[in-house]
Amino acid sequence: MTDLIRLTAAELAARVAAGDVSAVEVAEAHLARIDAIDEKVHAFLHVDRAGALAQARAVDDKRAKGEPLGPLAGVPLALKDIFTTEGVPTTVGSRILEGWIPPYDATVTKRLKEAGIVILGKTNMDEFAMGSSTENSAYGPTGNPWDLTRIPGGSGGGSAASLASFQAPLAIGTDTGGSIRQPAAVTGTVGVKPTYGGVSRYGMVAFSSSLDQGGPCARTVLDAALLHAVIAGHDPMDSTSIDAPVPPVVEAARAGSVAGLRVGVVKEFRGEGFQTGVMRRFDEAVELLRELGAEVVELSCPSFEAALAAYYLIAPSECSSNLARFDAMRYGLRVGDDGTRSAEDVTALTREAGFGPEVKRRIILGTYALSSGYYDAYYGSAQKARTLVVRDFARAFEQVDVVVAPTTPTTAFPIGERADDPMAMYRADLCTIPVNLAGNAAMSLPCGLAPEDGLPVGLQIIAPALADDRLYRVGAAVEAAFQARWGHPILEEAPAL
Amino acid sequence: MTTVEELVSYEDALTSYDPVMGLEVHVELGTATKMFCGCATTLGAEPNTQTCPTCLGLPGALPVVNAAGVESAIRIGLALNCEIARWCRFARKNYFYPDMPKNFQTSQYDEPIAFDGYLDVELADGEIFRVGIERAHMEEDTGKSAHIGGATGRIHGASHSLLDYNRAGIPLIEIVTKPITGAGERAPEIARAYVAELREVIRGLGVSEARMEMGQLRCDVNLSLRPHGREMFGTRSETKNVNSLRSVERAVRFEIQRHAAVLGAGGTIVQETRHFHEDNGSTTSGRVKEEAEDYRYFPEPDLVPIAPDRAWVEELRASLPELPRLRRNRLREEWGISAHEMQSVLNAGVLGSVLATVEAGADAAAARKWWMGELARRANEQGVEPTALPITPAQVARVATLVTDGLLNDKLARQVIEGVLAGEGEPDEVVAKRGLAVVSDTGALGQAVDEAIAANAAIADKVRGGKVAAAGALVGAVRKATRGQADAAMARRMILERLGVTE
Repeated sequence: MTDLIRLTAAELAARVAAGDVSAVEVAEAHLARIDAIDEKVHAFLHVDRAGALAQARAVDDKRAKGEPLGPLAGVPLALKDIFTTEGVPTTVGSRILEGWIPPYDATVTKRLKEAGIVILGKTNMDEFAMGSSTENSAYGPTGNPWDLTRIPGGSGGGSAASLASFQAPLAIGTDTGGSIRQPAAVTGTVGVKPTYGGVSRYGMVAFSSSLDQGGPCARTVLDAALLHAVIAGHDPMDSTSIDAPVPPVVEAARAGSVAGLRVGVVKEFRGEGFQTGVMRRFDEAVELLRELGAEVVELSCPSFEAALAAYYLIAPSECSSNLARFDAMRYGLRVGDDGTRSAEDVTALTREAGFGPEVKRRIILGTYALSSGYYDAYYGSAQKARTLVVRDFARAFEQVDVVVAPTTPTTAFPIGERADDPMAMYRADLCTIPVNLAGNAAMSLPCGLAPEDGLPVGLQIIAPALADDRLYRVGAAVEAAFQARWGHPILEEAPAL
Repeated sequence: MTTVEELVSYEDALTSYDPVMGLEVHVELGTATKMFCGCATTLGAEPNTQTCPTCLGLPGALPVVNAAGVESAIRIGLALNCEIARWCRFARKNYFYPDMPKNFQTSQYDEPIAFDGYLDVELADGEIFRVGIERAHMEEDTGKSAHIGGATGRIHGASHSLLDYNRAGIPLIEIVTKPITGAGERAPEIARAYVAELREVIRGLGVSEARMEMGQLRCDVNLSLRPHGREMFGTRSETKNVNSLRSVERAVRFEIQRHAAVLGAGGTIVQETRHFHEDNGSTTSGRVKEEAEDYRYFPEPDLVPIAPDRAWVEELRASLPELPRLRRNRLREEWGISAHEMQSVLNAGVLGSVLATVEAGADAAAARKWWMGELARRANEQGVEPTALPITPAQVARVATLVTDGLLNDKLARQVIEGVLAGEGEPDEVVAKRGLAVVSDTGALGQAVDEAIAANAAIADKVRGGKVAAAGALVGAVRKATRGQADAAMARRMILERLGVTE
């Protein structure tokens, strides 16, 4: 059974399709792995054993009847607990939704089910996706499989940890400022933030609507591409969803080449705050790209200096409005409803008990930034800075096909280290946030271990909007070259759990 | 609770002050589905049966704009002579209320779909007053709260509240006037005429039934006074939910008198919302706006901007129906009736029905007579609008034609209408089933006449002797014998003929 959990999604799908193994056996192997180790890792908030086995049986039945199977049919997946799942709890890592059973499936959930993918359960995350370490989950932190005393990144730490600990070969994350890419980087996995609008947000609980984007997480570039193709594409239920064909991501991942490509390196992503070992591995990756035939161009994107500040005005502003609906009236937690209190008091008590400190901090920040008299100075200025970031990227992509950068300035830090220093925590997303502000596509994939701590380092590849396929073309080439150099996938170096 | 404050007389108020009004009208569109989701908008459904994740504001749900709502908004804008935005966005208006599912209302802020227009309003004496339109914008309605256990249905004293989200997300168009100045003593009349005319425009466009008593058209009245000759506006009060034409007029009048009393006594007007009381026509203080309410508007990130295609806008403009005021004047001339008579038709809410009846072949006088008379009376008995009666203009037109052709008299026609309303079928079927045709067939009538003459020989002799007036008694006998179905004029003619008398 150990074999099954170490296979890639592409391999598992092929074996299920060929009848070498049943989808039920694959699901059971992964559920057994979860039973064996998730007490230590805490990647999952909810394991849907019955749902997973029912879906696996359905795939096996389909196969038995000779009906066509999708390219990922029978492959298990860990779903970030931010997507609604009909009949299965969805908490968004918050007490305020404790016990809520959604009456509907997110579009992503629906597409996964239609593809015959087996949803094992819902993964841990920073509350409402606000955080870079998963420590802000109301249900306790997740450990990094490389070192359980360290953070697995965030907000999608549960999804990334489930991959790195072989509890699932596929996962779904969401990325508002780096919540797919930074966890991928610090766990040695692959994560992709598609172009804004590439994957439907319907049924994805909103943090910051203009920045949020769901995307695929996997252990290989090809697996990520296969999953990308399943979840992407126009959705009439999401007005901001792109009404255009999905870029040919799977073909690009199979082709994998950088020859003749122009690759930009942003000089602002360097210097103070960047760990030496991270920059060393990044520089080696750039050198590798050159060896593989890419032309490397140095770029300057001065507006990126303002990106973090702009993000921390725009995202809280939108969140202050998006989270207003959690008022104890219709669903979720309700505190103090003893027949003597007013609706206003019950709402206040519920929010006091139901939201964690980081969520409260951002609601207060955003409420302030949108107030009349402050709007222009804060939200207004932030939108201007956002426009500058968009322009810097546009100029960059006139010169290069993709931009590369470190995904995050450091490797996984110890749980608790930055808990009381929000600014230090926010800096973990320094290199990822500009991409969300511009709506571009980006991928993080492993580029080695930092010499000083032996922890994974992520290489970020950034492509223009609607050119998601370039991420996979470049990512697959880099992945193949690194694995040839290392002699094996990087996760084989992770300690046994 | 309701305390009527000191007032000064209306005449005295206007001696010292000049009223400035602003009217905000919310119109519920009659689209089949809600503004941002596919839920039905049928009135009167069981509570919370017309809801979905989007209009309940469930976590993760997203809005999608109803194209029919946008089209209605543009047509309203065009009918009000507005500019139509080339590019505009929705905005979130953030505030908390239990019947508002998301705790923000998806609305429009500084980029309304339509802006800078006007509506010409005709007053009772025929004078035209132009009301400037600031903007018309799209938004969604809230749910409804029902407060249980309190004395008056208000939240005060209630033990609990019930929420119905069927209305949440119904498309609304908010139409805001520019400040209405120069109305002087006619301010109440102008306010009423404006709302009435706007209602006709909305109905004429077919975008809403705009029934005020159903909350499909709701009005907020903003009013302030300034001393004659002063440029600057005074502090205004906002009287909310003034929901009949008469109430609009009364609310303006009351607020003019109240403001004048406060200002005249050296006081200051508090900027506040006020409740209007139908029972005595007064307003009372609602919540005081200590500082301008901060709705923290920002562009709605879940919806893409709207950029109406110009050619489409021009098509909509070209297909607008005739403005109600112009149509009224045209019909008045065509029908040959006075302004006063036309006003009666309008007040009865039957202009459309009368017109449709005329178009179905009835003459205008007959169509007016039936809708203003018999049908209005029956509607009134049942407590419904005449248009809600189960009879079509075509059926009314048929009844009118039967009368013109002498096949029915008025008495019988009323019975035919009764039959149609009772669901007995088309007018001709009712005539046949109930056997209501006028007896004008000379054979049957001739027999009845002969019998009447024979039975009343003395009277017949009087008539023969030249006392023509006595023939009335014979006509009465004929009608009695035919149970009222005889055509009296024809019976009289035949009696005189048989008795060899001419008139």
